[in-house]
Amino acid sequence: MMMKHVIRGTLVVASLALAWSVAAVGLDLRGSRPLDDTPPPAADAALVARGAYLARAGNCVGCHTARGGTEYTGGRGIETPFGTVYAPNLTPDADTGLGTWTAAHFRRAMSDGRSRDGRLLSPAFPYPHFTHVTRGDNDALFAFLRSLPPVHAPNRASTLRFPFDTQLALAVWRAFYFRPGEAAPEPGRSAEWHRGRYLVDGLGHCAACHTTRDALGGPGFGGAPGGGLIPMENWYAPPLGGGDPASVAALLTGGASAHGTAMGPMAEVVFRSTAHLTKADVAAMVSYLKDLPAAPPPAPAGRADATVLGRGAKLYETHCADCHGADGRGAAPAFPPLAGNPSVTLGPATNVIQAISRGGFAPVTTMHPQPYGMPPFAGVLDEAELAAVATYVRQSWGNEAGAVSALDVLRTR
Amino acid sequence: MGSLQYVRMVLWSFFGIRRRARADAELGRVKPLPLLLTAIVLAGVFVTLLLGAAHWAAAATPVRVDGSMAQRVQACTACHGAADRTTRQGYFPRIAGKPQGYLFQQLRHFRDGRREHAGMAHLLAQMPDAYLADIAAHFAALDAPPPVPTPPGPDGERGEALATRGDPIVGLPACVSCHGTALTGLAPAVPGLLGLPRDYLVAQIGAWKTGRRHATAPDCMATIAQRLSVEDIDAVSAWLASRPVPPGHAPAGRPDAGTPACGSTR
Repeated sequence: MMMKHVIRGTLVVASLALAWSVAAVGLDLRGSRPLDDTPPPAADAALVARGAYLARAGNCVGCHTARGGTEYTGGRGIETPFGTVYAPNLTPDADTGLGTWTAAHFRRAMSDGRSRDGRLLSPAFPYPHFTHVTRGDNDALFAFLRSLPPVHAPNRASTLRFPFDTQLALAVWRAFYFRPGEAAPEPGRSAEWHRGRYLVDGLGHCAACHTTRDALGGPGFGGAPGGGLIPMENWYAPPLGGGDPASVAALLTGGASAHGTAMGPMAEVVFRSTAHLTKADVAAMVSYLKDLPAAPPPAPAGRADATVLGRGAKLYETHCADCHGADGRGAAPAFPPLAGNPSVTLGPATNVIQAISRGGFAPVTTMHPQPYGMPPFAGVLDEAELAAVATYVRQSWGNEAGAVSALDVLRTR
Repeated sequence: MGSLQYVRMVLWSFFGIRRRARADAELGRVKPLPLLLTAIVLAGVFVTLLLGAAHWAAAATPVRVDGSMAQRVQACTACHGAADRTTRQGYFPRIAGKPQGYLFQQLRHFRDGRREHAGMAHLLAQMPDAYLADIAAHFAALDAPPPVPTPPGPDGERGEALATRGDPIVGLPACVSCHGTALTGLAPAVPGLLGLPRDYLVAQIGAWKTGRRHATAPDCMATIAQRLSVEDIDAVSAWLASRPVPPGHAPAGRPDAGTPACGSTR
């Protein structure tokens, strides 16, 4: 009897071990493909400058810098539903940074999501996007990172929960969601469109936020940038397509357009990345974005209760009308309009609730060096009042979005 | 009698004054029903016009953007008013008239996480030093009346001793040695200690002691707060809050060389 148990146990352990080895080989856990050893070009000033520009386009500094820390020394926690991943030190420090990396290691990290030793990196590092980046651009980025002063800044281990912290989990995730390699050219499209696609889908990794994530944290709908709630941030990244080209360009360059102002995570993207791009690159991005599918028009929302709207109207007159106008037309770019503002009328009311409760300044850009700020109203309005005023702005001046309840406000805060 | 005459009569009656002879003459000829109807219709038109004008005036009042700093920083002044404010969201000190360098450093500390306040961090996240300096200059140039002093509490003597002479036994420097002999601060970066409520002083010294508030090294106030006992924090805060702010309470100017070499002032 006892013997039977032992044999059965051994069999289970053995088959698990076999399954693990098959998985390890089949899923290529250690990176068996040879490194691309092509010698990189000489790291002259021009290459470093190009790398610095590309690093802006990818907003590397955004994740690889802790709040108040030295740029590129890592330490910022990227919160995910599975735990927090801490961005590592990218300076050329031998112990804690990329000091012992070669251009070949860096190329593989970008295009195949592997660390120097071949271990799989977490997709919190958006390598499914960076895989589109060309070898030439990777070499420029690496030359730029090598030019930074080395800083000793030890990396923090991630706090991912089991089993998400295992290499096997990452391998399975890759099998589902990762398609390596640069995107194939699309016949009939202009060079500008291709450049735009390269920036938006590659370094810009826009769809990392502007897509709905499924239960495994993978991009839903084949990664189409149809908008989605940013996990853990509670801001809704709207669909990328369908914007008015001039407004999209103004938003990316200056942080504010005739139709709205960048707030929340997008304000950070504009501040650290898109505001620094050349006019030609912004135009290219717009040329690609304008052809992406727009959000389907939201289902007609029922008109809110008249008492709620009346209460909202009163609160609006007291707290909002001075800047946004009784007619909701505002005075862009200082005070964005609310009538016809896509952030106001998005299906989910997350952004309008966030904007009212937390306020915020438009990002500081060369175009707007002294931006205007919206006061936070979380301490002034209670949940029901905030819901009433949000409902009022979503259902006035031609806006026809759904009503907001106090529960929506509580959920968002 | 034509309808135009009815209209004329009603309009005259709206005006309220008319020559008696003409009014009497017309009154003899009118029929009551048409007059009443004309009056009601005209009154309706009049009210509609008035309401329309009011509505148009409200809707067409353009939002004025004057480009002033005051208009740009409404996100700040919504909480930081002309006086210190205690609300259910917490305590909001007045920032008007504090030294420019001090305000600039505090804005940087909030942005970079050396002082913790989620709301402040959110508002300042996308601001480079240049705009923080503009905001600091704007508030430093404003003037706000200081609050009314409060009683010094039972440990007034101990508080006064700490503030004016320090305590050599525990290695505590006097407040006056850095914050100015009048305790009104030193331009550009040392804040005044008068005109602040006791609770605020206790909270800030406490935050240094527990490590919730920092400056770049050398963090002088952190060192000092470590050496202060809870009783001493209370005594010195109560005494400082009991001192009236002297007239002309602007921070005393002093050459930069004289500013203490603390991280908070750089």
